[in-house]
This record gives sequence, structure tokens and C-alpha cells, in this order.
Amino acid sequence: MAVTGAVLVAFLIGHMLGNLKIFLGAASFNSYAEWLRTVGEPAVPARSLLTVAEIVLTAAVVLHMWSAVSLARRASKARPVKYAKRRSQAGGYVVRTMRYGGVIILLFVIWHLLDLTFGAVNPKGFDATPYDRVVAGFAPARWWVTAFYVVALAMVGLHLRHGLWSAFQTLGLAAGRRRRFLDVFAAVFSAALVLGFVAVPVAVMIGVVK
Amino acid sequence: MNLTLKVWRQNGPADTGRMVTYQVTDVSPDMSFLEMLDVLNERLILDGDDPVAFDHDCREGICGMCGMVIDGVAHGEQRATTTCQLHMRHFEDGATVTIEPWRAAPFPVIKDLVVDRSSFDRIIQAGGFISVPAGSAPDAHSVPVKKDDADDAFDAATCIGCGACVAACPNGSASLFTAAKITHLGLLPQGQPERASRAVAMVDQMDLEGFGGCTNTGECTAVCPKGISLDVITQMNRDYLRSPK
Repeated sequence: MAVTGAVLVAFLIGHMLGNLKIFLGAASFNSYAEWLRTVGEPAVPARSLLTVAEIVLTAAVVLHMWSAVSLARRASKARPVKYAKRRSQAGGYVVRTMRYGGVIILLFVIWHLLDLTFGAVNPKGFDATPYDRVVAGFAPARWWVTAFYVVALAMVGLHLRHGLWSAFQTLGLAAGRRRRFLDVFAAVFSAALVLGFVAVPVAVMIGVVK
Repeated sequence: MNLTLKVWRQNGPADTGRMVTYQVTDVSPDMSFLEMLDVLNERLILDGDDPVAFDHDCREGICGMCGMVIDGVAHGEQRATTTCQLHMRHFEDGATVTIEPWRAAPFPVIKDLVVDRSSFDRIIQAGGFISVPAGSAPDAHSVPVKKDDADDAFDAATCIGCGACVAACPNGSASLFTAAKITHLGLLPQGQPERASRAVAMVDQMDLEGFGGCTNTGECTAVCPKGISLDVITQMNRDYLRSPK
């Protein structure tokens, strides 16, 4: 859970920073997208970085889900008779979103790939430049797409809020005085990441990026 | 005080069990929760009924025998308190109180609110010990222990093995208990010879008993009558990751 999660968080950081290039204009954004495909050429074939990333990420997602499913199955086996009444004492609303939130995030990722990677549900389709696809995809008339992205990204934020802290704890890093720091760090980092991601669709919707 | 109790009744391990409603009258606010159950049981015995079975021993909050889920919270809502030290003044007159046993597959119900916690004993047997040369007692200061380590080890050692952590955990994990024992021994010089193998042996036994996995929800430490910190789980994870498998 912690290790595969860390791989996915590392990807999210790069993804978020790359997205922000859209504020530097169409040329900057498109050339960055092109660079991702040609990086390392001619020493390595085109799309080397992307192919490696795709394989690693797919493996991380599959293993992350496998861990989650086995944890959930162990949990249900460990408590065959449920409580008639049970009240949480840790006050962790976020913790309770982890499992269904993960499913929502998975559905979002599928839509997101169909939208901006394969162009299947994007008005401009696969052949348009990345910049045009983003601008068309989040056009004001398609406000519901933006709304869905914002809700899904909020889920990602909640998932990371507990996930990051939990990963530090699983790896044995969160002892003593460092616990409080890492807890705050997880909250601030998750919020910053979500804001960075949300900025792009919202900017397109309100017309800051055209 | 008068209370309505909804109590889990189960005749034996094979019985499916059910919630049964009882009225308890003339409860003093100064009574402990167990004394309130004693009042109920005296009446049940006089009526020729089967008294509600529950575990208890010292009634001073130090033995770890008592424990039940009261209104959905292990040992009741009062923080850092065992069921025997929970007093009726924390309840409102006329309230309905739900009482259930610890619910976990590795804690099978023996009768009513009594569960079999032998799985904890087997986790201790797997690694909760130190090797000491037998003979006369060593001098008190022959093995120096840093004050911080002594304090942390003692905090972990206050675990009374009541099982509330398992009862409260949404995953039915015994991580807080197991980690408290690993930390208690692992921080002291006397616990070093087995330190590398202890975490793996005890965690493996915990998994073997059928406890769930820890997802760091923090429910365990919130209900722990001894306030054992999640720091012990950090220590367990560290020892586990560092030990040669």
C-alpha cells in the first residue's frame, strides 16, 4: 500500500507541475507534451519515458488495488459478526472515504484517460494538440465535466490526506515528534496538490485560459 | 437512576446470539458499570433467569479482564478508562445502553459478553519474551537504561492486554497490542538479543490468528484504557522492516 502509493504520489507531483505549464501559453504546454514523447532521443526510441511510466504506473495501480482488496477481505474475515452499534472515536472522516473514494478515483482515471489521452470523449478528439483538447474539454458549456473533475480531485486530496500519513506510519517514519510534523505535512501537501490540479480546469471554464 | 439495557446474550460458542432488553432500576450514580451489571444479575438470579456473563477480576482498572462495547465504544465513551472504572454518573437517567462483546474472529464468544482472548497469549508466546541468565537477581544498576527509553518502554508496558484495540479497529487488527509488547521489550537492553526476530514472529502469529491488517485509522489508541500511543506501531513497523526475513 505505502510503496505503490508512493509511486503514484511521485507521478501526481510531476503531472501537476506539468499541467501548470498551460498558464505559460499554448506553445509551452504543447512543446512540453512533445518533449515527454521525444525525451532521450536519439539515444532511446521515441516514447521511452512514457512507456516506462505507463508500465510502472499500471503495475502500481494494480498492486495498490490488490493490497486494498486483500486488506478489506482480511478485515471482513476478522469480524464475521458486526456490531449492532458502533461509533468512531478517532474522528477520521477521511479514513472512511479511503475504500469507496479509491473506487471513485479509479472511475475518474478511466474517464480522464478517455477524455484527454485517447480523446474518445473529448470534443476535439485524438488529433488535436494537447492544449486544444484541454481548452475544448473544459469549455464553459461543458461545466459538468469541470464539476466532475473538481469532485474527483477533492477525493484524490482526501485519499492522499490519510494515504500519505498512513504511508509514513507503515514505513516506520512517523514516531514521536515527527508524527505531528508529518501529519501536518500530509494535509498541506494534499491541499497544495489538489489546488494545483483544480486550477487548470477551473481556469479554462472561467475563461482565463482560452 | 433507571436504565434500559440492550445486552448481547449468547449461550455458548455455537449459539448465534441475540440482543435482549432489560430494565435496571435504582442504579446509584456512584456505581461502576460492572456494579450496575451486578445489580441486574442479582435480579435475574432471583427471578430464576440466567445471569449475564462478563469478564472481570481486579475492578481497579489494572488487570485487563473486563471489557465490553458500550454504546458502540470499547470500554464506553469515557477516555482512558476500563469498563470497571467507568461510573454510572456518566450516563443519563432513563438512557438506553447497548452492551456487546468484543467482536473479532480471533476472540470467539464463550458466553454472553465473555470472549476467549487466548490468541493474545499465543502472540506473546511467539516472541514476547527475553532471554535472561537464571540465577540471583542482578544489581539494580548493572544494566544502564536511558531515561527516555525507560519512559517509552514503560508507557508501552502499561498495556493490559484487554483487547479494546481489536474491538475498536474497523479492520479487527491487533496491531496496537502486538506493537506495545514489541516496543516494551525492544526499547530495553534486555530485549535486544531477540529484537530482530521478535517483530516478525509476533506479527506472523498475529496474522495467523486471523486478525486484520492495520490501516492507521487511530481508533485503537482512542479507546485504549492505557492511552497507548500509535508510536508503538511505528516502532513495530520499523523493527519488522529492519529484521532479516
